[in-house]
Amino acid sequence: MTDVINPPVIGGGGDVTAVDEHVVEHGHAEEHGPTGVLKWLTTTDHKVIGLSYMITSLVMFYLAGIMALVIRLQLASPSSSLLSFSQYNELFTMHGSLMLYLFAGPFAFGGLANYIVPLQVGAPDMAFPRLNALSYWLYAGGSITMLLSFFVAGGASSFGWVAYAPLSNATNSPGAGSDMWIMALALTGFSAIFTGVNLVATIFYLRAPGMTMFRMPIFTWNMLVTGILILIAFPVLTAALIMLYCDRHFGTHIFTVSGGGVPVLWQHLFWFFGHPEVYILALPFFGIATEVIPTFSRKPVFGYKGMVFATLSIAALSTGVWAHHMYTTGVVLLPFFSLLSLLIAVPTGIKFFNWIGTMWRGQLSFKTPMLFCIGFLFAFLMGGVTGVMLAAPALDFFTHDTYFVVAHFHQVLFGTAVFAGFAGLYFWYPKMFGRMLSDKLGKWHFWLLFIGFWLTFIPQYEVGLKGMPRRVAVYPSNLGWQVYNQISTIGAFVIGISFAILLVNLWISWRNPVPAGDNPWDAGGLEWFTTSPPPHHNFTHLPPIRSERPTWDYNHPDSPALHHGKPTGPSSGHGGDGSGGTRETVEV
Amino acid sequence: MKTESFILLVIGIFFAIIGAIYWFTSYEQAGTLMLIGSALLGLLPGGYYYYWYRKMGQRPEDNPDATIASGAGVISSFPGSSIWPFVLASGAFFIGLTFVFGIWFAPVALALVVSALIGATVESRRGGHV
Amino acid sequence: MDSPSAGSPLARPRRRLPKLTTRRLALGAVVLSPLVLASCQLPTFGGYRGATKQAVDANKLWQGFFITGLCVFILVAFLILWAVLRYRRRSDKIPAQTQYHTLFEIIYTVVPIVMVLVLFYFSVVTENSVDAVPASNVQVNVTAFQWGWRFSYPGHNVTVIGQELQNPTMVVPVGENVHIVLRSSDVIHGFYVPEFNFSRYALPGVTNQFSFNVNHAGTFRGQCTQLCGLYHSLMIFQVKAVSPSAYEAWLAQNSTSASTTAYHANSSTVQGGSS
Repeated sequence: MTDVINPPVIGGGGDVTAVDEHVVEHGHAEEHGPTGVLKWLTTTDHKVIGLSYMITSLVMFYLAGIMALVIRLQLASPSSSLLSFSQYNELFTMHGSLMLYLFAGPFAFGGLANYIVPLQVGAPDMAFPRLNALSYWLYAGGSITMLLSFFVAGGASSFGWVAYAPLSNATNSPGAGSDMWIMALALTGFSAIFTGVNLVATIFYLRAPGMTMFRMPIFTWNMLVTGILILIAFPVLTAALIMLYCDRHFGTHIFTVSGGGVPVLWQHLFWFFGHPEVYILALPFFGIATEVIPTFSRKPVFGYKGMVFATLSIAALSTGVWAHHMYTTGVVLLPFFSLLSLLIAVPTGIKFFNWIGTMWRGQLSFKTPMLFCIGFLFAFLMGGVTGVMLAAPALDFFTHDTYFVVAHFHQVLFGTAVFAGFAGLYFWYPKMFGRMLSDKLGKWHFWLLFIGFWLTFIPQYEVGLKGMPRRVAVYPSNLGWQVYNQISTIGAFVIGISFAILLVNLWISWRNPVPAGDNPWDAGGLEWFTTSPPPHHNFTHLPPIRSERPTWDYNHPDSPALHHGKPTGPSSGHGGDGSGGTRETVEV
Repeated sequence: MKTESFILLVIGIFFAIIGAIYWFTSYEQAGTLMLIGSALLGLLPGGYYYYWYRKMGQRPEDNPDATIASGAGVISSFPGSSIWPFVLASGAFFIGLTFVFGIWFAPVALALVVSALIGATVESRRGGHV
Repeated sequence: MDSPSAGSPLARPRRRLPKLTTRRLALGAVVLSPLVLASCQLPTFGGYRGATKQAVDANKLWQGFFITGLCVFILVAFLILWAVLRYRRRSDKIPAQTQYHTLFEIIYTVVPIVMVLVLFYFSVVTENSVDAVPASNVQVNVTAFQWGWRFSYPGHNVTVIGQELQNPTMVVPVGENVHIVLRSSDVIHGFYVPEFNFSRYALPGVTNQFSFNVNHAGTFRGQCTQLCGLYHSLMIFQVKAVSPSAYEAWLAQNSTSASTTAYHANSSTVQGGSS
């Protein structure tokens, strides 16, 4: 007896004749398509595109990580001659650009979201598969452009990942490297916009029957909000880049004083993109934590609706706080931005307490993904607390552009993109490849990363408070800064070792696969209902969807989520859900 | 459709209010303009979805009691595979190189983009095959 | 889920507060904290106590935020650790599937809002005092350029210029409001003196003004904070605070025709970087 109802099958090739009511538009089966490299170049399958995104972004992550290690080596002594000033400036610019534009964002909304969101909402693919493929190839082209800029005359761009005008104009940063940086960002910017459109459309239009908005997993919710934020933020960046290019080559004076331009306009435009971007990089990873923590606590996420509203209010507030990066310009309205920035702490706090509430009285098992999420909680807690400090203008005045800020945003972004991001990788890897990663090596990875993380960034807070500015290649030797920098360098190399372990882990799982099964973690999302890896167009059948964790309801019909001791949801107990009643059966 | 449209409308209204506060406290044009843009970005699609919600009513995915079978039928047409996204993105890549290194990349870029546009359109008419 | 410290960190740094009175205490803290802040017996938590009147204010705000942050960190970290240690999986039994607890959710929404508003209040008070530009007899026009500083004293024909390897020194009197007029002649620079707990961008096309009042004699190092190109790392300067009489003497000694400049090379210059 099949306990589930057949979903509408799309593109199922020969299968479709079996069920008359499931009309299929194009019986274009996968196996009739091209093979080999051409198959990869022509794919429109969200899973293949998602994996391509993830692999490319991980390559970027490792490259940017190596750059970080070189930077840390340079800073291990006060006046190191390892790098020249110009090489140093190029390296930190590319480290930031690769990490922010080419790793963290694409890994989250291009990779994981692309792969997981259609599965979680019960869709056969993204809403616009060819647009999805276009996104990936634009992103790949942007990445290649960015990397190639190292090899042109004059070297890569060296004005920092924020490219403040007028440093980024043709006079101060001549050379093709800077133009390539602009073009790389334009390409990845369009890629992000298309992915944002695709995500929003998929979530609005391709949900399975019964998957109401308030039954979507929090990861999907966060990706929806991320998609909306992308649509708000990235067009502004693209516009600003076009203006910058015009200033550099077409003789306009948008950001240059001499022709009546306003340099600070660049900062307004950039940070109007840049601060939502921070949350574009954070919300997906909050979503991962909200998938992993309930799974390994064997409980539903605590305060589901509060979580959704917290995500929405973080997104809304994040668009009104751009100028808190500009307190020290002296030309922005301090109290307005200060209040909105501080208020972001409230929904973030709600999320924290919800995560703790989820673990409370649960049955916690500390598999690798859960460990990474605990690491994320601590890292983000530290980053959040220092973020509240930086939201006060009087404190930002003396920490702005020092290593205090460097430590703060690394803790935030490392906490989200690395701890939560790799929690997601360990969590969904079995679903993507049908094989497990070694838990033992995963734990080594985690503990080395965790130790290295604190070693690296805690000294940076202190040296920042002592007055060490960011982006300096050398520093005075008589101020006692060296010891902090050396601890930081050691920490960075511990992090480096931990990521070598990840490579070993991936290699082992590739050589000696351990089969994972459909649902190795006993998780609740719809993605765990299908096979690992999922078939073409994802589902051959679907369970009834009566909560945000239909797979859990299906596997544990006697354990629905409780609200004051009563099952939650408008229709719990209704026929066909997990309350123990008989289910409808449709044979395929 | 209702929840979807409300989310976008509330976002739009939030930015309209914040934009008004920002303008009357700072008189700074760039930020105000961007906040107005954000407000429109919420209000326009939000209004569109609301219009369709009024017109369509509840879809199976909005119905908490829907069964999987109620969604049976054609969802959409999904192309199996297509080379044109790759070609179009290559064209965009060469457009980027044109802006960096000069006009001699432009013919390549143009050829790729035009062929991709034609190819993708024809492909859609034929029904999503390569 | 109580917040132990909403704005009253200085009053009660270590004591756990009873849950229900948090809000009242937070409001009370608004009244009490200035008194407590005045006592200034706390450690600096890694920052500088401050060499100017403004810097001392900023440092007090820093202490308040640090203790508040520390309390929040300890509370939340404790809750996480407690959950991690206490609720380890011990059996295959499925725990109660609790999903909502309205009271807790309201508490941990309202309490942070109150905390944030209190923090905001202190932040505004401090930023107003730090940002104020009172009337002053001493004015220094600072112009930042790639990669150095020019300090000129209007009305005195004194100009100090220094570049990468010759760091300039700005001489100012102790105990007087020093009015700084900050400009940039090319890209954006950051005027930053760590011990003054203050920095401000030098923006091309914009004239930024601020004021400080040094409270003891000494030499304080300053550096450019905003990336400004190749030799950003070497844009260092000093602020030397001397008695008003010594300041007048220095002005008279260096007062020359406008075309002459005084260099003040300094031995603490960093050597290195191979380009």
